[in-house]
Amino acid sequence: MREILKLFLVVALFGMFSGGILAAVRGSTQEKIDFQQLKFVKGPVLQDLFKEASNDPLTDRFKIMDDKEEVTCFVGVFDGTKKAVAIEGFAGGYGGAIGVIVAIDLENDQIMGIGVTTHSETPGLGSRAKDDPAFARQFRGMTMKDLFKITAEGGKIDALSGATVTSRGVAGAVQSVSEMYRRLKPSIMEKLKDKA
Amino acid sequence: MAKKNVFQEFTKGLWAEVPPFRLVLGLCPVLAVTKSVDNGIGMGVATTFVLVCSNVIISLLKSVIPKQVRIACYIVVIATFVIVVELMMQAYAYPLFLQLGIFIPLIVVNCIVLGRAEAFASKNGVVASLADGLGMGVGFTLSLTALSILREVLGNGTFHNIPVFGPTFEPFRFMVEAPGAFVCLGLMLCVMNMLGKK
Repeated sequence: MREILKLFLVVALFGMFSGGILAAVRGSTQEKIDFQQLKFVKGPVLQDLFKEASNDPLTDRFKIMDDKEEVTCFVGVFDGTKKAVAIEGFAGGYGGAIGVIVAIDLENDQIMGIGVTTHSETPGLGSRAKDDPAFARQFRGMTMKDLFKITAEGGKIDALSGATVTSRGVAGAVQSVSEMYRRLKPSIMEKLKDKA
Repeated sequence: MAKKNVFQEFTKGLWAEVPPFRLVLGLCPVLAVTKSVDNGIGMGVATTFVLVCSNVIISLLKSVIPKQVRIACYIVVIATFVIVVELMMQAYAYPLFLQLGIFIPLIVVNCIVLGRAEAFASKNGVVASLADGLGMGVGFTLSLTALSILREVLGNGTFHNIPVFGPTFEPFRFMVEAPGAFVCLGLMLCVMNMLGKK
């Protein structure tokens, strides 16, 4: 009995000690990590989508609650008005989840552009969803009421050849953003008014 | 302990017992992350850090750790350092973290780290364990680097993301895909064995 108690105690002490160290390291790096994620994953895509914006969408952001999940909205200021928001959505691709940021014009609910943030698709095939601007351009001008599907499934999006699953994933991610947007638009507008 | 011994503990990891080729341990990251030179070196350095730290801590604590629960204790020590590496990499080298992804947390189950803890650090002094961990880590890093140079140069036509062959070169894509990793590793093992035979 004493022996087992001793074993238990040693392992428990090890666990407690390591937990303490990790909590300290995590606490001291958390802020830096959040910033890096924004900068390297979403930053380049946002900059590309809001090329003509006069603000920095990375710093002009707010969070709203969608049911139980937090959604981050990035604001784009054009000609002095807060004209657009960008929201990220996810859907399954060929090699895992694909993240897509969709920039939406608040006046007419039209898509200003989309950009892939994270993916683990096959290099040279699925990865073109991120690298080939012609594919992303197809979404431009569609409105939030449209259905985002590839042509093979009766939609309007031409899939990348050799990357049907990836294309379906991107369309799915845009679809999830559009559903989110339709749910959240009232609260987005309210938030924007509050900030102004 | 004589100085020469410590030196030997260090150098054995570089050639005589170099982990992926001689011990044929820790192949998962070796095959998976060596698509580019940067990834190979990054993975090697991360593993070296974990190896050295866990070796030192375990050799310091070897008299405290009861024999029956030693593996559990080793894993706790190793996992702690791996998460430290993961957080540090996220905070200071985020692009590299995106490339390596899941393979950083997987260092926990890398056979080399636990293998050195069990086979060496639990039986030897702190200085010798430090030398052993450092040697194994550097050997592992060099192996990953060699393999990733071969794969990146042939499969992508670049070295450290700088084109080496000029625009007419058609990259041998196979080399950066998963099967190419096996073929490359097999060829390198073959060369190592041939050199070892002489």
